[in-house]
Amino acid sequence: MSTYKAKVFVTLKPSILDPQGRTVERALSHLDHGNVAGVRVGKYIELTLTGTREAAEAQLKDITENVLSNPVMEDARWELEEA
Amino acid sequence: MNTAVIQFPGSNCDGDALHAAQLLLDERSQFVWHTEAQLPQGTDLVFLPGGFSYGDHLRSGAIAARSPIMEAVKAHAERGGFVLGVCNGFQVLTESGLLPGALSRNRELHFMCRPVHLRVENTGTAFTRAYAQGQVIEIPIAHGEGNYYADPDTIAQLEDEGRVVFRYVDNPNGSLNDIAGIVNARGNVLGMMPHPERAVEALLGSEDGRGLFESLTAALAAR
Repeated sequence: MSTYKAKVFVTLKPSILDPQGRTVERALSHLDHGNVAGVRVGKYIELTLTGTREAAEAQLKDITENVLSNPVMEDARWELEEA
Repeated sequence: MNTAVIQFPGSNCDGDALHAAQLLLDERSQFVWHTEAQLPQGTDLVFLPGGFSYGDHLRSGAIAARSPIMEAVKAHAERGGFVLGVCNGFQVLTESGLLPGALSRNRELHFMCRPVHLRVENTGTAFTRAYAQGQVIEIPIAHGEGNYYADPDTIAQLEDEGRVVFRYVDNPNGSLNDIAGIVNARGNVLGMMPHPERAVEALLGSEDGRGLFESLTAALAAR
């Protein structure tokens, strides 16, 4: 049994229009950062789990794919490290 | 047509939904709290109302879609029972997998609240038989995340099968193919962003939503 800290990153799929990202990109351009492109706004979710590494990974995969992200329009990836 | 209006924390069109159901379908229509595991005996229609369930946290409708009552709603849909999801209710239906696709932020990022015109695209469903094919109706919208998205194969399938039931005349939010409302393959589950329950009395500015409830009454009688 160990305690793990998980970091989950959720972003809109590249094919999905990201109006937030586009708005930020425009704002940056107005602020003289015209060389910045490809702004995407996503979500960062932290959680703590206990258990064996194998079980924690399986559980995190399930949570990430079935609750924290919507595979219709989002991509998600996660990192798990011992706390 | 006995209706169960599901209440989630943050539902705010539940009162409108119940009022319309009691006025046009059945006085016995009632609220059902999201922690219930069962629908009331004799439920014909499940009405998932608009609002901001769980404050739209995580994603609109995502947490509500995983609440206990939704298992009973899925079973009801599998038995062929009617399910109507309006606005946040539509988001709950897509998040729960009862309808395909997803609702994302409006193209212009603004929350929009105004009457819009919809074209009735398929009068062959239980929800639309009281309308005329191609009829243009006026129904209010009130949403920030009503931009319908699905992958190209899903959109093609919806179109081929006539499952796009309502289409915006002037697309307010960027929805693909101007989609405002769709049904499942069996035709007993409808999700739509506009609010028909807010257009059932002249006092409200439009009575064009009545046809949806009249359609359901006729569909139930025909069973």
